[in-house]
Amino acid sequence: MDACGTQAAAAAAGGEGTQRTLYPYVTGNSVIAMKYKDGVIMACDTGASYGSTLRYKSVERIKAVGKHSLIGGSGEFSDFQEILRYLDELTLSDHMWDDGNSLGPKEIHAYLTRVMYNRRNKFDPLWNSLVLGGVKKGPKGDEKYLGMVNMIGTHFEDNHLATGFGNHMAIPILRAEWREDMTFEEAIKLIEKCLLVLLYRDRSSINKFQIAKITTEGSTIYPPYALKTNWGFSAFENPSKGAVGTW
Amino acid sequence: MARFDPYENNGGTCVAVAGADYCVVAADTRLSVGYSILSRAHSKIAHLADKCVLASSGFQGDIKALQKNLTAKELVYEHNHNKKMSCPAMAQLLSNTLYYKRFFPYYAFNVLGGLDSEGKGCVFTYDAVGSYERTGYSAQGTGATLMMPVLDNQLKSPSPLLLPARDAVTPLSESEAVDLVKDVFASATERDIYTGDSVEIVVINSSGTHRECIELRKD
Repeated sequence: MDACGTQAAAAAAGGEGTQRTLYPYVTGNSVIAMKYKDGVIMACDTGASYGSTLRYKSVERIKAVGKHSLIGGSGEFSDFQEILRYLDELTLSDHMWDDGNSLGPKEIHAYLTRVMYNRRNKFDPLWNSLVLGGVKKGPKGDEKYLGMVNMIGTHFEDNHLATGFGNHMAIPILRAEWREDMTFEEAIKLIEKCLLVLLYRDRSSINKFQIAKITTEGSTIYPPYALKTNWGFSAFENPSKGAVGTW
Repeated sequence: MARFDPYENNGGTCVAVAGADYCVVAADTRLSVGYSILSRAHSKIAHLADKCVLASSGFQGDIKALQKNLTAKELVYEHNHNKKMSCPAMAQLLSNTLYYKRFFPYYAFNVLGGLDSEGKGCVFTYDAVGSYERTGYSAQGTGATLMMPVLDNQLKSPSPLLLPARDAVTPLSESEAVDLVKDVFASATERDIYTGDSVEIVVINSSGTHRECIELRKD
């Protein structure tokens, strides 16, 4: 036990020592997602790092939730797997009502928001940024949904989202090029452009990506694949050229 | 090693101006953290009752928890008393709700606007732990320091030290007040990086509530 933090936490929990997440161990990188003509598309790489070590190279960080949703997770990988277990429990108990109703993306997102905010209130956070996308038939036809929630419970909806480094590098591209009526092919092209920028500039990202989509037909998580890279840019070969005062 | 911090400041500015028979409540729709913008179209305003609107800035997680809590309490009140909660009643409830979490506060800076039981415009302004005051106008949030002096200058409300107490409502007409609100937001957006994108304006008067959105600078 360290000097102050953990001991105080243990004392507050009453006698027996308890351990909260004080910092993340194994972390996943950016998740990017956007709405398109028929639904929502989501993508991320398949890496999970232990500090700066690339510890796991083939993990799935996008999963289907129920019939109408997809979840993408970045941050502490063990916490993400725990969240997936919560969601399994949730969708199973919902299914067992056997009333023909099923939780839509909006409900799943509301649930996740409450879980994340609750855990931060207990000073025992789930160290993740989560993206939730989906489509469900509503009173006004098919309703697309895309929302995000972070480890302290900040949550919102948008037409395109990205976690972590993606918020710095992918969002500007998405803001410039995203359209509501993009076809699946156009959407893939834009997503791949973002992934490639992240691959070049985010040192912890890897060239093994997974793309998933969700439409009214249901969700499809495509098998991992690599993107074609080009490291021959002159700026890559001589990065300090023209930058006076650097090495 | 960075420690866990349960708070985040998502920025934003809230303003309310009360008139003789109306109240204008407004907030920008930018959601930021640090130098990043999370969303350009996130509403900070909650309609709590017929004649009662709350605008809050601070930590978005706390803001949503607080606004949902108040909405739920208002519904219970409606069922118990067969009427909507009045704005001054909501003002006291909000104060109690904030103070209830005095030692793990809601990081939320609120401005509550609406009409009182006589139909007169009212504004209540708060700090994060529940101390509050009824005023004629107020600004809260990251842009408040830029807006408040302008409002003081333009609205010239009578000193609260005068005896007998004078009415604090502003002398402006409804449309003049809305224009003033648009101007202070446009101005604050120039200098406050956490204010911008668009401003959501809600006007409450005897005929109900009316909502409009005005674009602001996006940089």
